[in-house]
Amino acid sequence: MMDLRELYQEVILDHGKNPRNHRFPEPHNREGRGYNPLCGDKVTLRLQLDGDKITDVGFMGQGCAISQASCSTMTQAIKGKTVEEADALFSKFHAMVMGEADADDDFESLGKLAVFAGVREFPMRVKCATLGWHTLNQALRDEHREATTE
Amino acid sequence: MTRPSAIANVTDAGFDARRVRDDFPALHQDVHGKPLVYLDSAATTLKPRVVIDAVADVYARDCANIHRAVHLLSQRATARFEEAREKVRAFLNANDTNEVIFTRGTTESVNLVAQSWARTFLREGDEVLITELEHHSNIVPWQIVCQQVGAELVVVPMTDRGEITREAFEEQLSSRTRLVAMAHVSNALGTVLPVEELTGLAHERGAVVLLDGAQAVSHVPVDVQALDCDFYTFSGHKLYGPTGVGVLYGRERLLEGMPPYQGGGDMIRSVTFAETIYNDLPYKFEAGTPNIAGAIGLGAAIDYLKSFDQEAVHAHENAVLRYATKALGSVAGLRLIGTAPGKVASASFLMDAVHPHDIGTIVDSEGVAIRTGHHCAQPVMEHFGVAATARASLGLYNTTEDVDALIRALHKVKELFG
Ligand SMILES: Cc1ncc(COP(=O)(O)O)c(C=O)c1O
Repeated sequence: MMDLRELYQEVILDHGKNPRNHRFPEPHNREGRGYNPLCGDKVTLRLQLDGDKITDVGFMGQGCAISQASCSTMTQAIKGKTVEEADALFSKFHAMVMGEADADDDFESLGKLAVFAGVREFPMRVKCATLGWHTLNQALRDEHREATTE
Repeated sequence: MTRPSAIANVTDAGFDARRVRDDFPALHQDVHGKPLVYLDSAATTLKPRVVIDAVADVYARDCANIHRAVHLLSQRATARFEEAREKVRAFLNANDTNEVIFTRGTTESVNLVAQSWARTFLREGDEVLITELEHHSNIVPWQIVCQQVGAELVVVPMTDRGEITREAFEEQLSSRTRLVAMAHVSNALGTVLPVEELTGLAHERGAVVLLDGAQAVSHVPVDVQALDCDFYTFSGHKLYGPTGVGVLYGRERLLEGMPPYQGGGDMIRSVTFAETIYNDLPYKFEAGTPNIAGAIGLGAAIDYLKSFDQEAVHAHENAVLRYATKALGSVAGLRLIGTAPGKVASASFLMDAVHPHDIGTIVDSEGVAIRTGHHCAQPVMEHFGVAATARASLGLYNTTEDVDALIRALHKVKELFG
């Protein structure tokens, strides 16, 4: 039987209700737009990239608790990080929510992001958890394309 | 909550939904450790045992290609396939089996008319009229053909209750309207459109009318001659039949004048490299080996439905919908989307501060299957300013107890998101 509390951890419910960095930073020099065609959820992410460093980041958009909380915790986790560090976090996060075997012991290094481990048991919701990250990926690389979860 | 249940589950006309449930094997399973409560029949209906058996029997016994061989198996398969066509004809009250074309489903039926009729007969400056509440499959094929021929797609707006009114329709109808394509029943909202009246208005202007009956066939009586429509489409899988088979009804006079949609086997009378002579109706539009077992399964589904008094089935579903509408309305913070009078079978809703996707996952963990998302009707979502809704939809096997289970599950949602 599935355990909903595994998915809807307090941290997720909290960030889903009160997303952090739910604003556009000024100044910013990168933007990504994400779209989940499955549910129509949309997110716009803007960030300031100084050299290799993400000095500020914020997002706007609507979505389910999982996608909002994921965007919220992601912005907290990547602020002050380099592009390379952010990429590494995404890889680990992705492996975790996809339930890839070698991801098992590595959750601690994800810090607060580890609360999304429960998503593994809900394959239909993986895209909700990764929408923000795909959007980040796109913002860091290409300013003008829309990221989708497909 | 058990008291009122007893009323809506056995209607006066003697339709007993609880007994019908025994006919549907898929209903008798646990999901996530809870008994399944299936409230997603608008997406696809479950299949009764007789349909499953009919399909299996085709493969086990009468497994042959049709219209092709002299051997006995092929004769039997061909006979059963054509019997299914006759069952569909009777079900729709079409004039002739020539007017019943088997397709892959509603989507293919609409595309067939768009690419065969519209692409041939529409010219630059002509208009195709649809409504704001259409399913994407009754929007996109018209966008494609309009682009191909330079015609214009015009949309009748709906009211905030989700209705298409005569006034709004007449406002968009013009002397340039050549084709009207509209849902008989809306999938996102359950609205029943006044299609008979609107068809009459369209005909006065000389326009051809296609009705998308995907959501109508299982919930309202359909008589294509009484409706006087030119085309009618539906999918077998929303009528308790198999997936991968559907129907296009077309007025014979129109079908005769249309070029084939696809070329291939079965749709020809003779082929040389210089010239191909097309087959007669309905085969002209059935290129290649069709979904033989699917069509026979659809015939079995129609037989199954005919074993009940249709009025009693519809009365039962309406009673459960009324019960659901009331019960959902009493959940604090819940808002129903689509409140047209006389609507059928579906209740779309939103809950304060909880996204439909979260609702869907949580009620699923309680064994309750509903649909969440845009329901392939994004313009409808846009009208209401949302990206998605949750939708509970009914089949003849649903009872008020299913509604009670949904309401209990929604209270779980509120607990969690408190
Ligand atoms: C109103 C309506 N039209 C068309 C369709 C498309 O049907 P199908 O996917 O079976 O071709 C649906 C199915 O969801 C529908 O509800």
